Amino acid sequence: MGAFLEVTAAGLFHAAVLFLVAAGLQLVFGVQRILNLACGSFYALGAYCGITAGGYALSLGVPPLLALLVLLLAGCAAAVLGPPVERLLRAVYDRDESFQLLLTFALVLMLQDVVRMVWGSSPRQVDGIYLAYGQVEALGARVPVWNLLVLLAALAVALGLGTFLRRTNFGRLLRATAENRRMAASLGVDTGRIYASVFTLGVALGGMGGALVVPSSAATPEMAVELVVEAFAVVVIGGLGSMGGALAGAAIVGLLRAVALVVWPELELMAVYAVVVAVLLLRPAGLFGKPAT
Amino acid sequence: MRRIAIALVILVALAAAPLLLDEYRTTLLLPVFGYSVALLGVNLLFGYGGLVSFGHAMFLAIGAYAAGVATTALELESFEAMLALGVAAALLVAIPVGLLCARYTKIFFGMLTLAFGMLFHSFLFKFYDLTGGDQGMRVRRPTLFGLEFEDLDKTGFLVGPFYWYCLALTALLTLLMWRLVHSPFGLALRAQRDNPRKAEYLGVEVGRTRFVAFLVSAAYGAIGGAMLAVPTGLADPELAYWTHSGTLIFMTLLGGFAHFAGPLLGASTYVLLQDSLMSWTPYWRLVLGAVLALIVLGCPQGLMGLPALLRARLRPALVARTAPAE
Repeated sequence: MGAFLEVTAAGLFHAAVLFLVAAGLQLVFGVQRILNLACGSFYALGAYCGITAGGYALSLGVPPLLALLVLLLAGCAAAVLGPPVERLLRAVYDRDESFQLLLTFALVLMLQDVVRMVWGSSPRQVDGIYLAYGQVEALGARVPVWNLLVLLAALAVALGLGTFLRRTNFGRLLRATAENRRMAASLGVDTGRIYASVFTLGVALGGMGGALVVPSSAATPEMAVELVVEAFAVVVIGGLGSMGGALAGAAIVGLLRAVALVVWPELELMAVYAVVVAVLLLRPAGLFGKPAT
Repeated sequence: MRRIAIALVILVALAAAPLLLDEYRTTLLLPVFGYSVALLGVNLLFGYGGLVSFGHAMFLAIGAYAAGVATTALELESFEAMLALGVAAALLVAIPVGLLCARYTKIFFGMLTLAFGMLFHSFLFKFYDLTGGDQGMRVRRPTLFGLEFEDLDKTGFLVGPFYWYCLALTALLTLLMWRLVHSPFGLALRAQRDNPRKAEYLGVEVGRTRFVAFLVSAAYGAIGGAMLAVPTGLADPELAYWTHSGTLIFMTLLGGFAHFAGPLLGASTYVLLQDSLMSWTPYWRLVLGAVLALIVLGCPQGLMGLPALLRARLRPALVARTAPAE
């Protein structure tokens, strides 16, 4: 029972991070119709911002208990890249999908070296936060409180995002633009501004996801390309453009990896891709997506 | 006639290259051949078929690992056997994968191939006993047409017989691809790219055309992969990683996916550019990424389309800006 709980907790922690990145990916795909390979790069940028800010905060004597807040803010700092990158992508909104993918691939290559230039290529981590919150012991399982906090933070973001999209005026404008860009524009919506804000929000979500992992695992310049495929797996399983899909997909991928790691470590990643293939073949629109017309 | 003349001049120049260039520069041309062959296959799907595969690197890895398995486990020495094994293995994988992928186009084709490619990569990476895991697999020096060239050291072999062998193989496969894209099959492939429904009305079996193109490009990928693995002496799991597939598309676009010779130009430009960038700066990815962004934004027809683009800029007349592949 204890081992089972520990595995589930580890899986859900990973799922929480994946959800944040995938939510950014979904938002951008939903509104701009661009499948953003660079979402992994924003995740990496957030992680490195978290390392800098977290290390600085600890050296200033900020109590480790405030670290969660510091890291979330540091992750959001990656969003400064949002508006200029969106400006660049604007050139390919009306172009073929392969060109959109390739432009974001170019961003992946460039940002990987930007990270290397600023922070170096050796793995880096923030010490002193992960276990500062202690661990909970229940039913023979020991789970770091940090993991639970990250899970709560991700759920709070999911809830906040849902409310934002459904209840606020800006959220309605955003959904209207996603539904029918021309109609929204002709009704007076400033779609350019919507696009820029959505993309920036997407970058901030990815950045937060990255910043939350640095207390427990080291950041490397390669983390961007490793996460992209997982985030893709999440949105494919959940359904492109669906927020509920991102949540469900992240939970499936996170738990699947954690379970596979215990049961048969060789299959850790293969299991994820096998599910992706199965979903694409049996239900190409994903578990929560609308079937393509 | 002019095309044939240009092709012959390039062929003669490349054949004379080992005699004129130093050893390092000659070995640099070997990956150009490997990538050229692989990219001819990529462009059959991408340029002629309109299908972007983000998992094509898988077939290069299959070719490379087949070369590794041939030399280590099966003790086959001949390069021809390696190529045959690689093509057979690639087809064995490509038949089920192609049957499943040929039903889709656009983003779904891209994502499905990405998933299959990563599935294969994690197999190479995690099944240490079978594949050597992150260490990869050694590829021993092969014999060519049964000849061992015992008097040559490794570099001498690579810049001598192996170089000319690869050049001849690349020329042969280029000729074969030229025939293929100018056959009725090539026409059908382009028709389904431009308008699948109309093509179907005209009697093109759209799914089967895509499937056959997928198989051919897989075979070309495996041959290219084996040609890449012999000079480095290693089959590496990174060959199958998704970024490598992205790089393949990048190279094709760099040369110009709308032109038959685009992949050949793209492979040579990319390999030489990457080599000089790597000796110049540790941040070569940044420069390559910027080059890719510039091509996507400003010159989608690649280097082959550059002259036409410049002409159109200088003489702003009624010039068709994007012409599809011939």
